[in-house]
Amino acid sequence: MSRSASLPPRYAHRTLWTLLAIFLSPLAAYADPVFFESKLQKILFLQDYNTRIVVIGTSILGAACGLSGTFLLLRKRALMGDVLSHTMLPGVVLAFLLGTTFGYEKTLPLLLLGAAIAAGLGSLSVLMLRRISVLGDETAMAIVLSFFFGIGTVLLSIAQESATGHQAGLESFIYGKTASLTRGDVQWILLGSLFSLGLVLLLFKEFRMLCFDEEFTGCQGRPVVGLDAALFAVVIVTTLVGLQAVGLILIIALLVIPPAAARFWTDQLHHTTAVAATIGALGCWSGVTISALAPRLPAGALIVLSTAFLFLISLLFGSRRGLIGRLIRWSDTRASVGKDHLLRAFYELSESHLKWIRLEDLAGLRSWTPRQLQRLLKRARKRGEVIRGNANTWKLTDRGHLLAAHRTRNHRLWELYLIRYAHLATSHVDRAADRIEHVLGPELVHHLEQELDQRPPYAPESPHPILNPEESR
Amino acid sequence: MIGYVPPWFDGYTEWLVAIAVLVAMTCAIPGSFLLVRRESMMGDAISHAVLPGIAIGFLISGSRNREWMFLGAAISGIATAILAQSLRVIGRVERGAALGIVFTTLFALGLVLIVQSADHVDLDPSCVLYGQIELAPLDTITLAGYEIPRALPILGVVFLAVLLATLFLWKELLITSFDSELAQSQGIPPQVIHQILMVLVAVTCVAAFESVGSILVVALLVAPAASARLLTDRLVTLVPLSAFLGGLAAMIGTLAALTLPGHFQTEIEDVNIAGSIAIVCGLMVVLAAIGSPRRGLIVRYLNRIRLQLRIAVEDLIGALYRIEIEKRSPETPIKTQLLQMGALTSPGLRSNFWLGLAQWHAHRRGLLTPSEPPSLTPAGLQLGAQLVRTHRLWESYLADHTALPTNHLHDTAMDLEHFTAPALSKALEEIAPTDPIDPHGRAIPAPTQPPLPDSESTPPDR
Repeated sequence: MSRSASLPPRYAHRTLWTLLAIFLSPLAAYADPVFFESKLQKILFLQDYNTRIVVIGTSILGAACGLSGTFLLLRKRALMGDVLSHTMLPGVVLAFLLGTTFGYEKTLPLLLLGAAIAAGLGSLSVLMLRRISVLGDETAMAIVLSFFFGIGTVLLSIAQESATGHQAGLESFIYGKTASLTRGDVQWILLGSLFSLGLVLLLFKEFRMLCFDEEFTGCQGRPVVGLDAALFAVVIVTTLVGLQAVGLILIIALLVIPPAAARFWTDQLHHTTAVAATIGALGCWSGVTISALAPRLPAGALIVLSTAFLFLISLLFGSRRGLIGRLIRWSDTRASVGKDHLLRAFYELSESHLKWIRLEDLAGLRSWTPRQLQRLLKRARKRGEVIRGNANTWKLTDRGHLLAAHRTRNHRLWELYLIRYAHLATSHVDRAADRIEHVLGPELVHHLEQELDQRPPYAPESPHPILNPEESR
Repeated sequence: MIGYVPPWFDGYTEWLVAIAVLVAMTCAIPGSFLLVRRESMMGDAISHAVLPGIAIGFLISGSRNREWMFLGAAISGIATAILAQSLRVIGRVERGAALGIVFTTLFALGLVLIVQSADHVDLDPSCVLYGQIELAPLDTITLAGYEIPRALPILGVVFLAVLLATLFLWKELLITSFDSELAQSQGIPPQVIHQILMVLVAVTCVAAFESVGSILVVALLVAPAASARLLTDRLVTLVPLSAFLGGLAAMIGTLAALTLPGHFQTEIEDVNIAGSIAIVCGLMVVLAAIGSPRRGLIVRYLNRIRLQLRIAVEDLIGALYRIEIEKRSPETPIKTQLLQMGALTSPGLRSNFWLGLAQWHAHRRGLLTPSEPPSLTPAGLQLGAQLVRTHRLWESYLADHTALPTNHLHDTAMDLEHFTAPALSKALEEIAPTDPIDPHGRAIPAPTQPPLPDSESTPPDR
């Protein structure tokens, strides 16, 4: 096909700017000067120390999640993020219980270690349960998720009963404490994100192979299981450091939504990861900003909602497979197919030596509604392919005639080919050729001409009878 | 037994158990269908996604009015299914990702709604997550003169509704679960039935979320059904069995949560009941996976050992028969003889352990004499002759009818001789070569008459 499948870059740029404008437009609601000077300015320009910490921390997290989530999505294990984050609960609580028993008070590294071990155990159990094929993947994941979370809940109730008032730290793992992230938390996020980024960069080629062709990866002598484990490690580390920011239920959103959104913009893996990281960071930034602007807006939930909004935008406007782009391409294709059909109809009628062709004769050849036909004719006249005579009669121009001969020629070459080589009945080839004629490239046409011994530029005679308006009348 | 009152009948615990069992049985029914459709994570998604529906129901009614809650949840349940489906079809997003996108977004929406309206709605997100079954028996109403927990009649109605819907739509659910094309051709719309199932799941989730919380609903939806699936292959047994197992797990889980911690000398009296039920559910799956008489690990392991032993014995007898026929020195120890034969490379006899076990077992079956070194008894000779005949018939069949080179015949025949059922054996006999010489130039033993008394190597045709 001559037409490239993606839209011109100009379109993509315009969309991105529009997107940004749409995204920032709610902020305009707060644009009264007093408000602007106080709150909005503070938040938008990160003048407030707290906001600065939170925005920076969550944005880094969003980028890291988008990065590692891309591979998880392409490996078709998007829901594993869900399972992993849920399985971390018992690890966190157990580490907390042990920590308080042995008297370690500030125990964030311990809690993270517990969560990491639990997530590792969880993914192992999923792999083991998956081998019972009668249950299927999803069931294995659901069982492990609920089992681990059950253990976590029981341990949590123990912690609450025996607690000495420190379990507030635990709550933040479950619901997140976005608004009160500290400098230390952000350092952890940065550390975890750097680890993920490093591992992804180091194993980029291997991960790409793993996501697109598992067998090939094995054939190349790469350890598939080991790479899967590395991928899980990346996801676990990102999830771990993200738990405190958005909580264990919503972290899955950051792993799934940005990569899924990025797929609407590009097909290239490195572009996808970059776009996913950007969307993740943008979603986190805007979520935190919006939640800081108004009271009683939970930041974790708003991060998810604004990321989901970015997803919606991507779904609609994505330059690669966004709905609107696809709609435009689809209607373009339809128009060009309609044009081909109209020209061929003219040509076929002119073969029966009609000089001026009447509308009814054209309409008789295809299942056009009068409106469709009028529109096609109007467009063709604009392009200078047909001219209008009096009393609703039409004629091909010279240019139109040339084009029509070319289209008809493609159609008939294919018909002849089908009759000779595919042994199709003469009465059946018309419809089959109808579909293929629009996409026959010059090389193929040349090949067909050689095979069928047809010399250009004349269209061969139709192998099947064409409805003749003179006779049918 | 009459007049026996379990020690946990104290006016609180029995209601707790009753509620838990009813929740579990209600969940198990739609859960079974989710399982056979391989959509278990849909349960997870819907149980999260009902949150905004519940919140909106609260906002509209201004109280914990259950009609609105159920309506809101049912709508958000269907919305989840439809949104995930359209993301998959229109947006071409992978299924798992589509689910993840939809349910996290809806859950976040629900959280925002709840926090925004925290003033006039007392709905704690943690109550939605973990449930508060502990408080359920305390909230009572009087019904027909009895004071019963408010949750019980509601759960009863939901259970009956789910049960009746399942019975009424049994055929449709069955066909669409396993073959949606067939359903379509029979005039059953698979999409509509799927939506109905989603409504059932959503309604169940709402009924259960107060008691066990939204995440542990998943345990009750999936784990009993999965355990039952390991025990049966028929949907008509699967559904009641999973309801039973779910009820059992709920009962054990509740009682364990209340009593077990007391056995340890701690100040903790009880633990979260919902979590405990989820643990019991998970353990039940593990137990079923290990101990199921149909496809449990133990049974599969035993079957493998039995098969391996049979093959080892047959290889041993076959090898000894060949030695016997070729009259090699019978005084040398059996292992040396086998070594000379090259029989120790056969799949059955590769390790000393299996050789010893095979020798012992053959001895017990009366195929070997107790002498040292042992030789074949008449029964052993007969079995050996039959095995070698099957082996060499296979070899000549393979040589005549396949393109296998001569030096590959032996190994293939070695595998096939163990799995030649009587019908196949008869077919082999019919095309047996007239001159009893195999492709390696050795004689094919004559068919043994009458059929062997020990027919373990050729199981009877069922």
